[in-house]
Amino acid sequence: MSTSSGSPESWISSFCSLLGHEYFAEVSEEFIEDDFNLTGLQNQVAMYKEALEMILDVDPDDDEDDEDEEDEDELDESGGEGRAGGERRHHSRIASDLSVIESSAETLYGLIHQRFICSRAGIQQMSEKYDLGHFGVCPRYNCNMARTLPVGLSDIPGEDTVKLFCPSCLDVYVPPNSRFQTVDGAFFGRTFGALFLLTFPDYDISKTGADHLASLNRSGDNSANADENLIVNGFFARNIAPGLGAGKIYEPKIYGFRVAEIAKSGPRMQWLRSKPDDITELDEAKRYAQQAGDSDDDDDDESMNQSGRGAARRRPPGNARLRTAQRQAQNGSPMSLEANGGETEL
Amino acid sequence: MDDFVSESDSDYTSYWRDWFISSRGNEYFCEIDEEYLTDRFNLTGLNVEVQYYQYALDLINDVFDLDCDDEMRETIEKSARHLYGLIHARYIVTTRGLAKMLEKYKKADFGKCPRVQCNSHPLLPMGLSDVPNSKAVKLYCARCEDTYNPKSSRHAGIDGAYFGTSFHNILFQVYPALVPTKSAERYVPRCYGFKVHAAAALVRWQNGKRDEMKRRLRKMEIDSGFRDGEEEEAEESEEDDELEEGFGEAGAPAAVAGGAV
Repeated sequence: MSTSSGSPESWISSFCSLLGHEYFAEVSEEFIEDDFNLTGLQNQVAMYKEALEMILDVDPDDDEDDEDEEDEDELDESGGEGRAGGERRHHSRIASDLSVIESSAETLYGLIHQRFICSRAGIQQMSEKYDLGHFGVCPRYNCNMARTLPVGLSDIPGEDTVKLFCPSCLDVYVPPNSRFQTVDGAFFGRTFGALFLLTFPDYDISKTGADHLASLNRSGDNSANADENLIVNGFFARNIAPGLGAGKIYEPKIYGFRVAEIAKSGPRMQWLRSKPDDITELDEAKRYAQQAGDSDDDDDDESMNQSGRGAARRRPPGNARLRTAQRQAQNGSPMSLEANGGETEL
Repeated sequence: MDDFVSESDSDYTSYWRDWFISSRGNEYFCEIDEEYLTDRFNLTGLNVEVQYYQYALDLINDVFDLDCDDEMRETIEKSARHLYGLIHARYIVTTRGLAKMLEKYKKADFGKCPRVQCNSHPLLPMGLSDVPNSKAVKLYCARCEDTYNPKSSRHAGIDGAYFGTSFHNILFQVYPALVPTKSAERYVPRCYGFKVHAAAALVRWQNGKRDEMKRRLRKMEIDSGFRDGEEEEAEESEEDDELEEGFGEAGAPAAVAGGAV
């Protein structure tokens, strides 16, 4: 396909190398060629067919390529318009048309990109870019240059520009360079940031790129510190907003004296950057169980949230259910049992 | 460095301060009044902080007339900039200094808050330490009350002590009307529209903290500074309640999945 268009670089890679498009991953052609992945995009993009051809470097403008191109048409789009119609359209195309198609192609690529980076291959590619620090770092001082992820605040194009999500403080920021202020946020979508964290729970998100590499070396002995593997609410506790909490909150001071909360100019936003000292406090299911005193069905939660992933792996899957059954039979104090079971494994 | 030498060599006799505040990278500084500089009381203690104190001060006041080689000049020039910064930290907490910095703040000379929910609120320069050469300048957003690194690397090298730890707080004590309304708006990470449990739990906890603070302030009959937060909040907590009701059931399948890993 790229040979027929005669350009050494595909449209996709030239689009991704444009200034301001540094955040984009290169969507694989297989992904685009699978019609299922494009479901519903026809209605969102003007001149959809032409735009798709442009993205895939099927160049309809070259007369000598007409035959090739029509073959591509058949491949790309089953049940499209007739051949004759397509041919006539190509001949009547003018320069202004081309710019419309170009912008359509960009929108279409963006929308495909939004879906692609949530796929297995796409998120892998994005994680490589994340590793290399392509998305920049959090501007917040207490986040200590934690790497950010590009996200959109809307999935509909034309509503907002791309933003940077910092996993360390769970907040979104405007990219520092103004050239990103022309990139549509919908091309990344609302899901990618959160899905990335769920897909790669092992990342040490508080680290900058250089630290990340250094930490890989010492990862061998992390079993020594069981606390590191504590899981709360399905996340490693160390990865839940590491940039927040005591010591990471700005305290306004005048000549060394803290500004009181009751002052008009006193601190009002510290909640936004706070985190419980004991992260297990966020385990609402467990807390609820403790308060309600009824723990018939939440022993599973406790054992999952209390123990590290390693511990969970060591235990045979049936075990937890077995213990639940035992406990139900005994109907005794579940808390004391928990101390013997899940917690001692930490 | 080379830039300033060539420039200052040509017209060092006129208005060193003008040149200083208009040179690239010094956009955060305001011009210190002549009267403030000539009052020795304002400079108490600075003579031990700065090398060639007297020459440096002369240079700042445009009365420098020492005949010396380039190397010496450069050293004095460097001292002068350091001294200017230290005096600046004292000057900007005076009435006139605050007014000058306020003008710059209103023009957003210090940049705008990068946080999306702050809607480009202007920033203020601040130090994390009053001791020179310890921490570079940071930027403070009065809306989210947090500190940010300057965007540009040319500002990242400025000593934070040239602005001090108190200035931005004093500004809002002196001009309480300028305290921006706070917003409870925030970003919640979502996957296909669903909140991510760990982040959502933290958000609920933080919202609890906020409501606690609001209650505390209301009891003391102090304005919490939140604008039309009530409806928003009610909506939010409603949503949260639903979630809280739901989490018991949601927790069980998650546990099974965790056990199977």
